This record gives sequence, structure tokens and C-alpha cells, in this order.
Amino acid sequence: MLALIAAVALLPLALANNYHYEIAILVGLNAIVCVGLNLLIGYAGQISLGHAGFFGIGAYGSAILAARYGWPPVLALAAASAAAAALAYAVGRPILRLRGHYLAMATLGLGIIISIVIATEDRYTGGPDGMSVPPLALAGFALAGERAWYWLVGALLVATVWLSLNLIESPIGRALRALHGSEVAAEVVGIDSARHKLLAFVLSAAIAALAGALTAHYAGFITPGKVTFLHSIELVVMVVFGGMASTFGAVVGAAVLTALPQLLTVFKEYEMVVFGGVMMLTMIFMPKGLVPTLAALRSRFGKAP
Amino acid sequence: MKLRTWFAAALLATAAAAQAQAPIRIGAFLAVTGPAAFLGDPEQKTLELYVERVNAAGGVLGRRLELVSYDSGGDAEKARTFAKRLIEQDRVDVIVGGSTTGETMAVVPLVEAAGVPFVSLAGAVVIVEPVKKWVFKTPHTDRMACDKIFVDMKARGASKVALISGSGGFDKSMRGECLKVAKNHGIDIVADETYGAGDTDMTAQLTKIRNAPGVQAVLNAGFGQGPAIVTKNYRQLGITAPLYQSHGVASKQFINLAGDAAEGVRLPAAALLVAESLPDSDPQKKVVVAYKQAYETRFRQDVSTFGGHAYDGLMLALEAMNKAGSTDKVKVRDALEQIRGYMGTAGVVNMSAQDHMGLDLTAFRMLEVRKGDWVLAR
Amino acid sequence: MSAQLVQFLLSGLTVGAIYALVALGFCIIYNASHVINFAQGEFVMIGGMATASFLGAGLPLPLAALAAVALATLIGLALVKFAVEPARGASVVTLIIITIGAAILLRGLASIVWDKRIHALPAFSGEQPISIAGATLAPQSLWVIGVTALIVAALWWFFNRTLAGKAILAVSHNRLAAQLMGISVRRVLLVSFGLSAALGALAGILIAPITFTSWDVGVMLGLKGFAAAILGGMGSGPGAVLGGLTLGLLESLGAGYLSSAYKDAIAFVIILVVLVLMPGGLLGGRATERV
Repeated sequence: MLALIAAVALLPLALANNYHYEIAILVGLNAIVCVGLNLLIGYAGQISLGHAGFFGIGAYGSAILAARYGWPPVLALAAASAAAAALAYAVGRPILRLRGHYLAMATLGLGIIISIVIATEDRYTGGPDGMSVPPLALAGFALAGERAWYWLVGALLVATVWLSLNLIESPIGRALRALHGSEVAAEVVGIDSARHKLLAFVLSAAIAALAGALTAHYAGFITPGKVTFLHSIELVVMVVFGGMASTFGAVVGAAVLTALPQLLTVFKEYEMVVFGGVMMLTMIFMPKGLVPTLAALRSRFGKAP
Repeated sequence: MKLRTWFAAALLATAAAAQAQAPIRIGAFLAVTGPAAFLGDPEQKTLELYVERVNAAGGVLGRRLELVSYDSGGDAEKARTFAKRLIEQDRVDVIVGGSTTGETMAVVPLVEAAGVPFVSLAGAVVIVEPVKKWVFKTPHTDRMACDKIFVDMKARGASKVALISGSGGFDKSMRGECLKVAKNHGIDIVADETYGAGDTDMTAQLTKIRNAPGVQAVLNAGFGQGPAIVTKNYRQLGITAPLYQSHGVASKQFINLAGDAAEGVRLPAAALLVAESLPDSDPQKKVVVAYKQAYETRFRQDVSTFGGHAYDGLMLALEAMNKAGSTDKVKVRDALEQIRGYMGTAGVVNMSAQDHMGLDLTAFRMLEVRKGDWVLAR
Repeated sequence: MSAQLVQFLLSGLTVGAIYALVALGFCIIYNASHVINFAQGEFVMIGGMATASFLGAGLPLPLAALAAVALATLIGLALVKFAVEPARGASVVTLIIITIGAAILLRGLASIVWDKRIHALPAFSGEQPISIAGATLAPQSLWVIGVTALIVAALWWFFNRTLAGKAILAVSHNRLAAQLMGISVRRVLLVSFGLSAALGALAGILIAPITFTSWDVGVMLGLKGFAAAILGGMGSGPGAVLGGLTLGLLESLGAGYLSSAYKDAIAFVIILVVLVLMPGGLLGGRATERV
């Protein structure tokens, strides 16, 4: 935890220009979504292939309220996150009864439905070409510039990680881990699995929506490209890549997979091939994900005389 | 004392020489892969080809050109990040890029804030309307396409028209513009159907159009494989009303895909597609034939109007630098705005402070598919 | 029956047959390894693109098609050898991510080895539309529906009447017991991936004359095939076919009678409703979980 705070605080020393800050901010925003998603996938053991949909509700909800209805951005942000949470609650109750691949399909379908609605209702959303978003402003004081956003996103990331770590160690967290291990056994012990699964689902949806709204206000522009099922799959890959059931794994996964395409541009047209190859090789040789594998290695070598 | 001034002078001279040798950096972000690869791939190839050629001919202002380009995959956020990289890290002098409207619009706030001249290669009219100080564009707008098509439809006696479009940005934008300007031409839109990006069959939508009362012509606003499938389904269903496509499929590839079904289809396009069959007196002939031959010889692929837009974008940027005599961004921007009578593959360009695209309706030619090839429609 | 309805039904069946073929590919691999092969759509793409490129190199259509199917099968086997086997023992989620990585890799390779343009294949028996009850059908659609029916029958025979097929089914029911009975799980994996790849490639060749093919055509088809397989009940062959046809019909009827802009959304809403009411899919039945 301290390492994360130190990393966030000290990173600006390594960031040379606004472009580097931009990458750092994007990493932070993705990491926030992944930490939330990790609660659902890694701890509660449920899969969601539709979280880009909640991200989109947050982003577009806030954008539409602020741009078309003149709401103050902070209020729009909160309202959009609440809307996403409400949708997750309403839809989560029936679909969380599904297991495994069926749940994956249901969440995938949900995400796709949301993205189709967003792309089609172009009078509100600007359609596939997107819409402009007003900057985040509080009482007339607008948040502008990469540095200011960096500190905001960094602070929120630390807060989200702190929230996640505390939740995992709390009775709710233990209940979640129990039902990941075996839902039947958990029920036998008296844990209301439906309620806990729903909680993880709604919480991760709200976090994703918050990150979505922030992304929209930061970039000043939002398109449906971020709401596609491909982005949902990207998010899941980030969580698994970094290590499921590891909050820091989620952060690391987001960092690596957000920054990697920037580094791979040297490969020009081979970028996709290299990216796919990296994904495959990492998962083959580090099946538990980056952080747990490295932690295991460290403890193994740490014991050497 | 003399030694020091001499030394200082030598230093300055070396610095000036170094500056003079520093290449002119042309930045680009294009949708080379992804759903808009149809656009970005020929654009990328064109930029590479012509940067090479210009360098071989001595460069611009005595300096080499250097192309720094990134693949945005058609994604607006990636485009934004790469544009930021071009501006902040690569420190480019001018940006030519933005294959799609979404990518372009996402980048507009960046170039306006940073003051970098940006020539967009995307189609929608919102890019230059309202005019933005640092943003220019080379392709015809979708509104111009609608105007050209409606004029032609009216000339053939059609006033009740059905619309079918895809769900992509280009499709929706053009559909929106056509709905807006239809009244100006006395055209009545009696049906309005859409299909999805990866759809494989449009007979349901076309059946509804065929059954709509009094349809005299049909316009398909789309690009990629959708319009080719629409065209095939159109003939399969035996619909006889004239079919118009958009400039989004102005390429030989469309004819290859749609096959015999494409016979008789009309669309507005740049003269580039019929370069060799233009009369010698046509002022555009020289430019388009040269580009067509250079591209086809080098890449062994049919020329593309989208590649042509990239050619125009690059040439306009270089022309502006030549006129301004420097790569100072403010001077280049002003010079861009003052370009008059420049002949590109899209048509003659007359920029102004109010018009950052510079094309008029004559830049579009109405083409028709006859015997498997594009010809100028009578 | 109105001609309009017949038209919608015919186009729905054509599209549905395509989805069914892709869904069957998902189903076979799932049965053998409980892995969802997200690279399935890419096999479809390889079938179409490879045939187009072999055709361009001068081979006649049947040979080009055969070569393309062989190529896809080889790639399927390579996928097992280099991706699935080394990751033996990893969790299902990890395996899924590996297949996603493989899909990205294959797409990238396709865009480099071939190109980023759209290609068409010639229709097998011409383009003259066939009239049925006031609606028209492209001859290629008959090929798609016909060959799909043949394949379904062939697969039924394979899984129920041959030892190799039964071995795959045995592994899907209980891997340990199958191994104890002397069935080589490794061989079963190879056969199932190879078979699915060949199936996908064949689907790609059948539909390319209608839908064209390009380096990224696998994404959407893979998604719809997956949805169809789940709708019918993952792991059930008849379910995959039923799911595919249902999805195709839902899309076509949705576009025809409700809203063409929302037809995909309508289809997915209905899939969601079906899943909530029947958690195992249409033919999945209620699964019992051993504790």
C-alpha cells in the first residue's frame, strides 16, 4: 500500500512531458476500473464481460447531463455513477443466478445492448462520432492540465485500492472469498450468496462508471469506442494478466496493458502480432498472473540461504 | 576579443546549420488497422510514398521530411493519445491525419490548445463547420455528397427517395446531412432503414424499402462491405429503382465485391477514379493520373480516393511551408488559409478564413458503373 | 404467408446457418476441454481469406478451398501444441485469455500475410436468384443451409457412431474416467481443435460469396457464434444449431418488424431473457453440481 502511494507520489519525477502524463492518467483510470472489476472476478469469482457498458453509462451519463442539460459536472458524475449502480442492481439480481459461461454471455449481452443504444441514439450521444464533454469544474474552478488531473486520478486510485483492501479483509470480503471457493459450502455456512454477489457486481459497476465519467471529462470528448465488448474483454484481460484476487495485480495489469501498446508502436504493423504473442506467452508461463507469480518467485528466492 | 566573437559566430553558424539540417517532421495518426483500415491503409502508404519522393527531389526548404506516424486503429481515444505524443514528444511541425471523424474531433481540442496546424482526412462537415483556427480538411464533406446526389436524382425525375445506411460514424453523419438538405432539393425521404456494422444480409431492410409507397430512388450511405452486400441484395430482390452509393465506396474494390450487381449504380466521387478517361483538357487530369500511376506502380493495388485525400493533405501542408518560407506553425497556418487555386486529387482548393476545406461541388463528379468499371455519368 | 414474412424467414435461416456452423466449432472444443476458444472466429476468417489468396494465385476454387481448410486445421493443431498444452492445468479463465491472445495474433498475422482489403469469393453456382413463395433466395444461401445440414448429420454420426467421436464425448463428461479408460486426452484435444478449425474454415468459405471476407471478419462472427452456442446450451451440438438458427431468425424478424437499428439489441435482450428463465440455455437442461 505504501509502495503504491510512494509510486504515485514519485512518478512525476520520471514523466518528462504532457504525453507521459497522459499515459499515466490513462493507466490510473484503467487501474481504478480494474480494481473494482477484480472484486467481482478475483474475489467473488463471477465473470463480467460487459463492464465497458457500465464505464459507458458513467461516461455518457455524465457527458450528456453536463453538456446537454447544463448540470454541474461533479453532480453529473455522481448521478451517472448512481445510475450505473442502479442498473447493475436491477439487472444483477436475475442474471447473477447464472453460472460460468452463461453469466459471461449475459454480461456480454448487457454490455453490447448498452453500446448499441449509445451508438444509435445520436441525438443525445452524438452517435459513433462521439460528443464533446465540458471539463470538470467545481464552483467555477475548472480542473485543467495534465498535472492537476494526475493528482486527482492518483488520489482516487489510492482511495479505491484502500477501499478494496479494507473490503477484502472485512466480513463482507471474507464472505465473498468463501463463495468464490464454493458457493454451496458458503450457503451452508449461512452466507447469503446472492446478496454478496450482487454487492460485488454493483460496487464494481459504480467504480467503473466513476472512472468512465472521469475519462470523459478529462479527454473533453467521448466516443462509443470505449463502450464496446472488445474494451470489456480488454478490462478482464488486464485483471487476469495482473493476477486475479490481487488488488495490486489489477493495478499492475492495467499499467502494463495500457502502456504496452505505446511501447509497441516501434513494431508498426507487427504490433498486433507482438501484443497477442506477449499475452499468450505471459499467460502460459505465468498462469496465475503477473503479481502472484512474481510474489511467489520472490518468496522462493527469499528463502535461499 | 576577436577570438571570442569569432568563436560565437562559429557556434551560431553551426547551430543554424544544424537547425537547417534538422528534418521537417510531419506527424500522422491514421486508422491503419481496425474497422476503418479501408481508409487508413492507403493513407499511410500514400504518405510514406510521397515523403520518400519529396525527399528524393531535394526536400522542402532545403530540409528533409520525416514522417512520424501512428496507428490509431480507428479508436478516438488512441488517436488522442497519439496526437498528444506527436505534439508533446515528437514535436512535429504539422499533423496530417485523422482518418475518421471521431478521431479528428477528439484531437481538435489538442491542436487548438497547442497551436499546431492539422489537416484532417475525415469526411464529416462538423470538422470545418464552425471553422476552427488550426483545423483544415481535404476530403469533400458528406453534405456535398448529399447535394450532388440529390441534384442528380432530381434530374432523373426522382423526388421520393429511400435511405439505407449503416451504423458507423460516416454512415450516420451522411444520413443526418441528407435528411437535413433533402427539402432544399425538393426531395422527400419516404423510408429510412439501417443495418449493423458486421451484418451479412440486408434483405429484410430492403424488402421494407421495396414495399414503401412510391419509392423512385434509393440512397445507400455507407462504406466497407455493407454497401456491397446491399447492392447484391438489391439486385437479388429485383428492385428496379436507381441505386446511389456514397463516396465512401468510391473504389474499384466495391465493383469487385458487388460484381454484376453494381452495374448502373451511381455515386459522387473525385475524378481520381476515372483519371485516364478524363478529357485531356480537364485541368485535374495531370495531377490525378500522376498520383494514380505512382500509387499503383508502387503498391500494386487499385488507387483509392482516401489515399488521394492523404496526398492532398501532405501537398497542401508542404505548399503552405514553401509559401511561408518556414515551418513556424503560425506562419504555416496562415499560409494554408491563403491557398488559392491549388489542384489536388479531390479538386481545386480555394481556402479562406471561413472555409478550411476549399472544395466546391465541381470537385465531385457523378460516376456510374458500366461494364464493371467506373465511367463519368452522362 | 405474406411474401415479406417468407423473405425475412429465408434471410434469417441463411444467417442462422452461418451462426450455427460457428457455434458448432465452439461446442466441439468446449466439450473436449471446457475451454471457450475465442479464436474460433479467426478460423472462419482464415477459411475465407486463404481461399481468396489461393484463388488469386491461380488455383481452381475446389483446390483453393481444400488448401484453405487444411491450413486452418494445421493452425488449429498448432494452437493446441503451442498454446493449450503448455498451459495445461491453468484455470479456465487463463485458457480463455490465451485464446484471446491467439485471436489477436492470428488477426495481426492475417493483416500482414494477406492484406487489409475486403475480398469476395465467387458464388458456387452463380448468382441467379431463386424464387420461393414470392421471396427470393440467392443460390449460395442454399449451399450454406444445405452444407450445414450435411455437416450436422456428419457430426452426429461421428459423435455417436465412431470411437473417436465417443472418446471426445467421454472426455467432456468426465476427463479422469476417460483417461482411466485409456483415452488419450491429448489426442482428443488435437482432434477437437483440428475439427473445429476445419469446420470454421468451411463456414468461412461457404459464406464469403455472400458476406465477403477480410482480416477482421472473425470478431463479429465469433461473438455471434458464441452467443448462439450459449443460447442453445453450451456443449450441446443440437443446441448450437438451434441457437444459431434462432439468433439468425431473431435478427431478421427484429429488423423486419421492429427496428432495423436495434435488431442486434433486440436479439441480445431475448437471449438474456431466455438465459434468466432457462439458465442452461434452450437445450442445456438443468445442470447438477457435485459438491
